Amino acid sequence: MKRDLVIIGGGPAGLAAAVSARKEGLEDILIIERDIRLGGILNQCIHNGFGLHTFKEELTGPEYADRFIRQVEEAKIPYLLDTMAVDVSYDEKNGEKIITAMNSEDGLFTINARAVILAMGCRERPRGALNIPGYRPAGIYSAGTAQYYVNMEGRMPGKRVVILGSGDIGLIMARRMTCEGAKVLCVAELQPYSGGLKRNIVQCLDDFGIPLLLSHTVVDIKGKRRVEGVTIAEVDENRKPIPGSEVFYECDTLLLSCGLIPENELSKGLGVNINPVTGGALVNESLETSIPGVYACGNVLHVHDLVDYVSGEASDAGRNAARYIAGNASDAEGYVIRIKTENGVRYSVPSVVRTGLMPDTLTVRFRVGNEYRDKNLVVYLDGKQLMKLPKRIMAPGEMEQIILVKSKALEIISASDMADHELVIRVEDK
Amino acid sequence: MTDVTIIGAGVTGSAIARELSRYDLEITVLEKESDVCEGTSKANSGIVHSGYDAKPGTLKAKFNVEGNRLIHELSPLLDFPFRENGSLVLALEEEGRVGLEELLERGQKNGVPGLRIIERDELKTLEPNVSDSAVCALFAPTGGIVCPFNMNIAFAENAADNGVSFSFDTEVISIEKKTDEGGGTYYHLETSKGTEDTRLLINAAGVYADVFHNMVSEKKIHITPRKGQYVLMDKTAGEYVSHTLFQLPTKLGKGILVTPTVHGNLMVGPTAENCEDPEDTSTTADGLETVLSRGAFSVESLPRMIITSFAGLRAHEDGGDFIIGEACDAPGFIDAAGIESPGLTAAPAIGVYVADIVRNILKPEEKKDFIQVRKGIPSMALSSDEEKAALIAEDPSYAHVICRCELVTEGEIRNAITRTLGATTVDGVKRRTRAGMGRCQAGFCLARTIPILAQLLGKSEEEIEKSGSGSYYVRGNIGDDL
Repeated sequence: MKRDLVIIGGGPAGLAAAVSARKEGLEDILIIERDIRLGGILNQCIHNGFGLHTFKEELTGPEYADRFIRQVEEAKIPYLLDTMAVDVSYDEKNGEKIITAMNSEDGLFTINARAVILAMGCRERPRGALNIPGYRPAGIYSAGTAQYYVNMEGRMPGKRVVILGSGDIGLIMARRMTCEGAKVLCVAELQPYSGGLKRNIVQCLDDFGIPLLLSHTVVDIKGKRRVEGVTIAEVDENRKPIPGSEVFYECDTLLLSCGLIPENELSKGLGVNINPVTGGALVNESLETSIPGVYACGNVLHVHDLVDYVSGEASDAGRNAARYIAGNASDAEGYVIRIKTENGVRYSVPSVVRTGLMPDTLTVRFRVGNEYRDKNLVVYLDGKQLMKLPKRIMAPGEMEQIILVKSKALEIISASDMADHELVIRVEDK
Repeated sequence: MTDVTIIGAGVTGSAIARELSRYDLEITVLEKESDVCEGTSKANSGIVHSGYDAKPGTLKAKFNVEGNRLIHELSPLLDFPFRENGSLVLALEEEGRVGLEELLERGQKNGVPGLRIIERDELKTLEPNVSDSAVCALFAPTGGIVCPFNMNIAFAENAADNGVSFSFDTEVISIEKKTDEGGGTYYHLETSKGTEDTRLLINAAGVYADVFHNMVSEKKIHITPRKGQYVLMDKTAGEYVSHTLFQLPTKLGKGILVTPTVHGNLMVGPTAENCEDPEDTSTTADGLETVLSRGAFSVESLPRMIITSFAGLRAHEDGGDFIIGEACDAPGFIDAAGIESPGLTAAPAIGVYVADIVRNILKPEEKKDFIQVRKGIPSMALSSDEEKAALIAEDPSYAHVICRCELVTEGEIRNAITRTLGATTVDGVKRRTRAGMGRCQAGFCLARTIPILAQLLGKSEEEIEKSGSGSYYVRGNIGDDL
């Protein structure tokens, strides 16, 4: 099979990318989705709060997904469900990307594509990666697994619950389990600040009287067959448990919401360069990876807080991939700007900008590594201060962004005598 | 009356069962857990030791070297994953050379083939990430790595295919030595599922072997469960080393090993901590820290891509050696006790040896139709594209991926459940197919595996357990009064 564009993943990123590529005039598109329906993780996010930016209204996850699924259906963009892409390779000679996939109907097959958009999303960090000691009984779930059980299967994974990690899914599940009759004893968070959005802390914990224990972690799990309880201890400034602070919580369930990891096994197999900070691909202004014609967007690129931003980013990727296929993506003219993040800023997407292909305004997204209050976010280009944004609060749980204006950037660069152009984003004191 | 009853369906009991299934005998294996390979056999290093470690003349030495040879032979026959990756014992300081020479001599006495001491340059070539402080090493080319689950499962399945009956969730409560009308000894067992009389009784009960031995013998034995904690890393770290790296034991204690697993992960461990509770398989913060900090001595920069950690219990007998043979004051009661390292390697050799004892007592006929080959579950992940296509052509559910991380399909899971001694639990599926053993640790596939188990076993999802009684996952439906 030959295709112009293959999109791997039919979640919010893949759907928005497909719709946008079609709007850009690209006909030959195929979406590959491993689940039995389009929409990805949104299908199990039945709470509201989606779409405030994109649609200026409050939607549930399935409603938000449906808006894009309809567009895909109306545009008659083909997709394969229950289909797993197991390998992607790159033929340097002709620039083709070869996707190997399988499903029960078509068996094992390959598709030769001119461009690929990686939109596989992310997975949850498991207990093992947190190195929590104790027994290994049933009853330890990632928050997303519990969410799948309750919202997709209508089943209760437990009735007395402790949640470790204040990631958004954990906060959402604290409320959800409570509404379904479970007792959520507390949410423990290793860091001195929450990993989730402020609004979720208020609406999911505070409104239900569920305590959030900052600077606390699970130090032991009891129960040989099923969880019987967990021990929670306070941690010091080095995140080490403080002896004597242990409290035992009798429970049958431990939910983990301790971070998301972009699911880049296919990308790595393809040879895409990965940013060790995000776990996602290194991309340029077009969201193109180190392999020409391979784009990445959504949570496979870097973990987002809001699906609205995923959709926006994915639309950009879809449009850029369509232009690449149309042959409108050569960067002959222009400068190359490398983006450096430092002093509290952990990474940026993109990490490099070719001004020849830069749109008039370019959104650069990033996260800070700690909680900062009353600081400035300062951006320099070739040593010249480009912007200085006063920030009342910045936290790792909330993604930040700046808008780069092309004309302004070119103005500075053309006056600069530096050979290599560098944009620096950093946190500074007021 | 059963001819032979074996207590324990771990690797030792299963290996014995498989060897005995060559003969025309009525054989039963009693296992207190819900599956084979639920105790020490499931939580160990998965190393096929070459045999330099045990003192010459001990049972450990004898069965280690012979077991290593047998595993080479049995892996293709019984279709379990094994790779001869070679072992290296590192001397991390010059003073260690003497220790390596002792090991070399010991190994030569034990009949270990190919042993030699290699110097720094060769070591660095063999193992580029080895620690810069490693001075020299003992190279044991016949050392290997095996899938401990599938070796155990292969022995048990093959035994069952040859007529051995396995009774799970069956705990032996008491054993009574009795005499029949003809004056022969037999054993009367009370179990959690009823009573059983058996001519011969084989004790392969792991950390509980002393309990059963002491029920029938005045010559008491004593087993201490000795905990070993391990850390398992992501497959992206799996090629960090290619050989199994042991540390020469120093005054700080027995070293921590760093090894690739046969499935391509990187594993570090174990600790050695005496426990009182034979069920205490919990890990501890100190233990895991010890594993990581001491494991780091062997290599330049130990990866930290941990996906899980676990602990197992070795059955350490006070005498320090295996106890194998008929108890002196209990004829027909045959011990396979104190089976700690190198027990996994030794298991097939212990099987042959114990089967010989039984043969000498019962003088059974050899079966003409003994099935000596067992076919494992096909692995999509390890298949070529042609093999994949062939599997899918035969059964399209081999194209339906359930576990994304390890690429395990519905077809493989169905095979694991419906085959001889098939899986009845989520852990049983996991050990047979690797579904849930990957980097997301079953976050995705758990909720997809449970319905397949429920459907094929004719159970409700609430009844599907992780690993036996009480280890349920789902509490009921939303809206139920929990």
